[in-house]
Amino acid sequence: MIRIKCPYCGERDHSEFTYGSDASIEYPNLESNAKDWTEAIFFRKNIYGKQIETWHHTNGCRLWLIIERCTITHKIFSIKPAHPEIHKLLKNQNNI
Amino acid sequence: MTAKRLKDYGKVNQDKILSFTWENKKYFGYKGDSLAASLLANNINIIGRSFKYHRPRGIMSAGVEESGALVTIGKNEYTDPNVRATSQELYEGLIASGQNAFPNVNFDLGYINNYLSRFFAAGFYYKTFMGLPPFEWGKGTKIWMIYEKLIRKAAGMGKASKMPDPDKYEHANEFCDVLIIGSGPSGIAAAVEAANNNLDVILVEQDHVIGGNLLSNSNFDFEEKKYFLQKAGIKVMTRTTAFGLYDNCVAGMIERVNDHFFLPKNNTPRQRFWTIRSKHIILSTGSLERHIAFNNNDIPGVMTVNAARHYLNRYGVLAGEKIIICTNNDSVFETSILLSKAGAKVKVFDIREKIDENTIKKLNTNNVEIEFNKAPLNIQGNKKVESIDIGIKVGNKYKKVNEEECDLVLISGGWSPVIHLLSHRGIKPKWDKENLCFLPSQSSEPITVAGSAAGIWNNDDCEASGIASGLKAANEIGIKTSDYFFPKQGGWKNPIFPLFEIKSNRSRSKSFIDFQHDVTSDDIRLAHREGFVSVEHLKRYTTLGMANDQGKMGNIIGLSIMADLLQKEISEVGTTVFRPPYTPISIGALAGRNVNKHFRPLRVTPLHDWNLENGAKMIETGLYQRPWYYPKNNEKLADAYIREASSVRKTVGLCDVTSLGKISIQGPDSTIFLNKVYSNAFAKLPINKARYGIMLRDDGLVMDDGTSWRLSENEYFMTTSTAHAAKVMLWLEELLQTRWQNLKVHVTSVSEEWAAVSIAGPKSRDTLSLCVEDPNLISNDNLPFMGLTQTKLNNGIPCRIARISFSGELAFEIYTPSDFAYNMMNILWESAKKFDGCLYGLEALGALRIEKGHVTGAELDGRVTIEDVELGKMASDKKSYIGSAMQKRGVLADKDRETLVGIFPRNKSQTFDAGTIICKKNEIKGYGIGRITSVTYSPGLGHWIGLGFIKGGYTEWKNTIVVGADPVRNKEIDLEIVSPHMFDPKGERLHG
Amino acid sequence: MTRFNAWNVIKNGLNDQTGWDRQWRDPEPKKEYEIVIVGGGIHGLATSYYLAKNFNIKNIAVLEKGWIGGGNAGRNTTIIRSNYMMPGSHQFYEHSLKLWENLSHDLNYNVMFSQRAHVSLFHSPPARDVAARRYNIMKLHGTDAELWDINKLKKNIPYLNYHNARFPILGAAVQNRAGNARHDAVVWGYARAADQLGVDILQNCEVTNILRTNSNIDGLETTRGIIKAKKIGFAVAGNTSRLWEMTGLGNLPIESHKLQAFVTESIKPLIDQVIVYGVGGAHFYISQSDKGSLVFGGDLDWYKSYAQRGNLPIVQDCAEAAMAILPCLGRIRIVRHWAGVCDMSMDGTFFICNTPIKNLFLNAGWNYGGFKAGPASGWYFADLIANEQPNQIIKNHNLERFEKGINLDERGAGPDPKLHG
Repeated sequence: MIRIKCPYCGERDHSEFTYGSDASIEYPNLESNAKDWTEAIFFRKNIYGKQIETWHHTNGCRLWLIIERCTITHKIFSIKPAHPEIHKLLKNQNNI
Repeated sequence: MTAKRLKDYGKVNQDKILSFTWENKKYFGYKGDSLAASLLANNINIIGRSFKYHRPRGIMSAGVEESGALVTIGKNEYTDPNVRATSQELYEGLIASGQNAFPNVNFDLGYINNYLSRFFAAGFYYKTFMGLPPFEWGKGTKIWMIYEKLIRKAAGMGKASKMPDPDKYEHANEFCDVLIIGSGPSGIAAAVEAANNNLDVILVEQDHVIGGNLLSNSNFDFEEKKYFLQKAGIKVMTRTTAFGLYDNCVAGMIERVNDHFFLPKNNTPRQRFWTIRSKHIILSTGSLERHIAFNNNDIPGVMTVNAARHYLNRYGVLAGEKIIICTNNDSVFETSILLSKAGAKVKVFDIREKIDENTIKKLNTNNVEIEFNKAPLNIQGNKKVESIDIGIKVGNKYKKVNEEECDLVLISGGWSPVIHLLSHRGIKPKWDKENLCFLPSQSSEPITVAGSAAGIWNNDDCEASGIASGLKAANEIGIKTSDYFFPKQGGWKNPIFPLFEIKSNRSRSKSFIDFQHDVTSDDIRLAHREGFVSVEHLKRYTTLGMANDQGKMGNIIGLSIMADLLQKEISEVGTTVFRPPYTPISIGALAGRNVNKHFRPLRVTPLHDWNLENGAKMIETGLYQRPWYYPKNNEKLADAYIREASSVRKTVGLCDVTSLGKISIQGPDSTIFLNKVYSNAFAKLPINKARYGIMLRDDGLVMDDGTSWRLSENEYFMTTSTAHAAKVMLWLEELLQTRWQNLKVHVTSVSEEWAAVSIAGPKSRDTLSLCVEDPNLISNDNLPFMGLTQTKLNNGIPCRIARISFSGELAFEIYTPSDFAYNMMNILWESAKKFDGCLYGLEALGALRIEKGHVTGAELDGRVTIEDVELGKMASDKKSYIGSAMQKRGVLADKDRETLVGIFPRNKSQTFDAGTIICKKNEIKGYGIGRITSVTYSPGLGHWIGLGFIKGGYTEWKNTIVVGADPVRNKEIDLEIVSPHMFDPKGERLHG
Repeated sequence: MTRFNAWNVIKNGLNDQTGWDRQWRDPEPKKEYEIVIVGGGIHGLATSYYLAKNFNIKNIAVLEKGWIGGGNAGRNTTIIRSNYMMPGSHQFYEHSLKLWENLSHDLNYNVMFSQRAHVSLFHSPPARDVAARRYNIMKLHGTDAELWDINKLKKNIPYLNYHNARFPILGAAVQNRAGNARHDAVVWGYARAADQLGVDILQNCEVTNILRTNSNIDGLETTRGIIKAKKIGFAVAGNTSRLWEMTGLGNLPIESHKLQAFVTESIKPLIDQVIVYGVGGAHFYISQSDKGSLVFGGDLDWYKSYAQRGNLPIVQDCAEAAMAILPCLGRIRIVRHWAGVCDMSMDGTFFICNTPIKNLFLNAGWNYGGFKAGPASGWYFADLIANEQPNQIIKNHNLERFEKGINLDERGAGPDPKLHG
């Protein structure tokens, strides 16, 4: 069981979350062409080792999170909300 | 073997007699016995039969490593095959029988295999059974499959029941600071130390009493110890096996709550599956004594030395009268003295040249004979040990020097630490040449190994390592900073001598390594000869270690023989990876209560009871149950839905559509957001208007369709399909939180908050007018097509009404907060009845939408473009949206793609089914030219119709007869291709 | 080399098994080969076999970083079927099934392909119709396919949960020629047969670097020295992306996920077919090995991973899925569970194709379905490497299909690799 420390809810089983994908993918503008979109949607670095990825706390606060995790050992190095404003907000709150 | 129960020995309650049945005969044992102990005390030698050769098997150990005494417990639907008699607690009324034998384990016809065994070497089945013997003539799989039937029957151990398991199981969860697995000397010491440091401790023991190897000491009181531990605040869990370690110090455990009763007590489950989340794990899992491979080492009456001690001191059973002990290490001496004191004649053969004088003296004073340089060569006896041939080592070989009459042979080939759980974490152990065992390597996770699991042999050092582990855990958790000291591994006075196999010149005699699977030392040699030299190949080719015990007894012997053959060190040959579970775990326990109807949650709408009260037959759609049809007077489905759909077209019908996904979209950028998400234009949707919308995926194919209602400047109410509700919600959140972070929009799922009813048919406005407080609000002028209003039904029920039609009729969707659902439906239904209306279900809903050519999940199967479903005109070309760049890439823009059409049977009296493939008239093969996705009888048209896809679409085929091929249902009919808008193509009925 | 047949089994039985040789040699690597296949699983070994057999190419090596068959070849649940429906995919898997049918004879190695029927349950009328589409396409290709109604299903498999299932069982789509096999035997059978045709199988030979000139690969740096080759094929499912990275060709449409598998204690015959189903978000497949163990599995662990071990939620999930249709399994015990790393592709379909490097060929992206594909995978990959262009059947099974809008998505799940189980 991977245990994920949700910045909002606290530490939970990974089964509460939905794995998204590689968070390093930069999605092109909606106006961009099919070639750029094809690369972004269909092709993956598929990192062996530490990667930055998205998870969604589906059965919890429903935040999308950015997690740094090793894909070999599943060890987690960092977790933050994907949305920078929410990240800021929770950071401030936790400091109080 | 002549075993007997001794009054003054053991920790079982000899006042409490229990009766049990073995092979249909009644026997007696004592409370606290294992089944094996009772069988032993009753002098039952043959407990099982081996897998391949059907050789008799007796009790070989006193624990979970047992590879011989596998029995079937219970009867009929309670049948429990492959139970280790050594770890099954005895209970009153226990029914046990032998398995893999005909007619019984004492006399098994399958034993004929033993005489043919020379042909059944490892992997023989890969070399034959392919075709007709002797040269495997033939082709295909036919001949193999005839053999296979016979092989399958012969294979397998116990027989399972095909009846549903009558027992209940449950899941449980627990958190702790330190999880300590194994309650031997090191586990107990670790638990006490950790608890003294204010840590929250769980101590787990697979046995029904704590103590581990302390139980084989004469002076250990497990009850007193347990009380002491519990007083120290430690949660002690017995009958609980930690079967696997998973990420982040999470352990899976099975608690056998009721396996020691005939039937579960007081509505408690048979077993409980625990998930334990901890901060630190201490493995004090002990070690297992190994066998030695020599000829006929499998005859009943051979067991490990420590097993005999266990039977004596724990169960009060002296397993033999004339006992021969063969060893290569010091661990046997105490036991031999104990056995001798208990009244047995004991003789030890030690392969080593010498040991310390003190020990020899001690043995002699206790009437234990010992001879050195000697090893077991062969056991005589058929169904039980009669004597043993002893050999002396001459160079590399052994020469028989004497034959000793005996009834019990005890073997110690060294000890293997139980490092299975660490192996689950991907930690490879390292071979220790000094102690001749695999020792745990350091883990980068907070897992500590203590006691003999870490290769520490003497009791005091085990306790010291337990204390050190407890302190280490406290340090790492951050409670304490103090030094701790782990004792050195080993601890015997005299070094162990490597003895894994005694090679013999006798041919045709077998030296067993894996007792259950009948893997012999010759099998290892054959594997070597054929090139299966890596550990992984070896185990797969010979099946070594693949039996119930997963190689607990034999793996290392196999490895050492292979190392010998390769002239390598054991460390170079490698180790096998142990997989979870440590001991077998029942599927029922893992499933817990999530069985039968509770397999998945059932989702019902707030109108569920109302629907049932009004006669609905329900159907599963995803996790939801929705009304399928409302039969009148025992109508069948076909009659009911046709009546319902006709009523809707004629008067009015009500349908529960609550299962649709509902999402509240709020914020100043809501309009921009929707305009990016939907393929059609949303920028200028006025307030109090709804719009049908189609969402594409990133790859440009259709994701879902639904409607969005503009409630105010900055608030929308979105509906999605039932099937994709969760997916769309997740998707919108992903877009807002990860991609379009500057948009000020908040989305909330309100699917459960609102109940929804569709009211459709020419009389729908009339029906609704009687139900709303202000009928004027829903007049054609005030509520035009796609208009919406937020108002109240009679009795002040708040509601949202939109004029939306899925059926093509004048229709409204009415949403009220879920608590009002029941009342809303009552009001609507009372009114509808006045217009001769009906309730309609999913089947009629389908009929109505198919007539209109409206698509659902059957058409939107994740592979179609918006053009494919003839909705291309809706997509805006004035803006970019999700999928817009991708929807026309490459062949997605081809003209001859399979496109949505309506389908009629050429002969109107014929029917057809969804899933039918459309083919050209004389080319009924391959992928065809299209497919049928939905069908219904059309009350409006008076015959069967369908929706589907065909290459090039309607215009390409409108005058050509094609064939609907449905070979799996033996159907083939001629079809006409028509426009998908089959009923009321101009849409006049929408306006009532 | 001693042939495998009953005669020799008996002869060697009388002979203390002394007449058997190594099943494949353990040669030293040569400096250069005509063709080097990286990956000693079923796909790589089969490729080398068909290259040697169908194209008479002698100078071939298969490079395996560990021991042959140690990856997914030895970790799967051994199901063989051809119920695929996307263009080319069906013909491909059916070709594979046909190769399976004669594989034991072809390789002179009993791979124990048991055509015991693959029974795919359905639980609702729409699911029945989706199955009908697939099975009709099979039938229209001349492949055997049946739809069983509930009565026929009950007759054939009486002990399913017909009375109390959360999702009622309505019938099944059935392929009678489908079944299971002995996975290790397939690896060893191909290895032995390829070896007999002169293929060098180089174990413990891990590729550490790729020596590339502008348009070509010169050779491979391995843990057993530099090995040169005129043509190179990759068949390293689970590790494709890692090897591909060495080519410098950018990303692949592949993400690695792990799939768990479970095996129970050995019991007398209980389940006679391969039984599968998927409903309510669950996915489950089970069959019984000839040795008596039930072998089953379900969904991916749902997050990207290269770990060959699974986590508890899916263990529980699979057990629940097992009990849902087979309530008799409650007392049966799991004896081992593990995970394999799957190349999950972005549309759930494989790649056998040319690459931007002229002499490099790719075989990858097998998702869940690599075992059954093995023989055809080898056959078509050999065909591609020998002819340097793909066979018509798999002409779209390449890396360009996404840009071209060609849809081979059997499930219609879209570009999310974890959804293509």
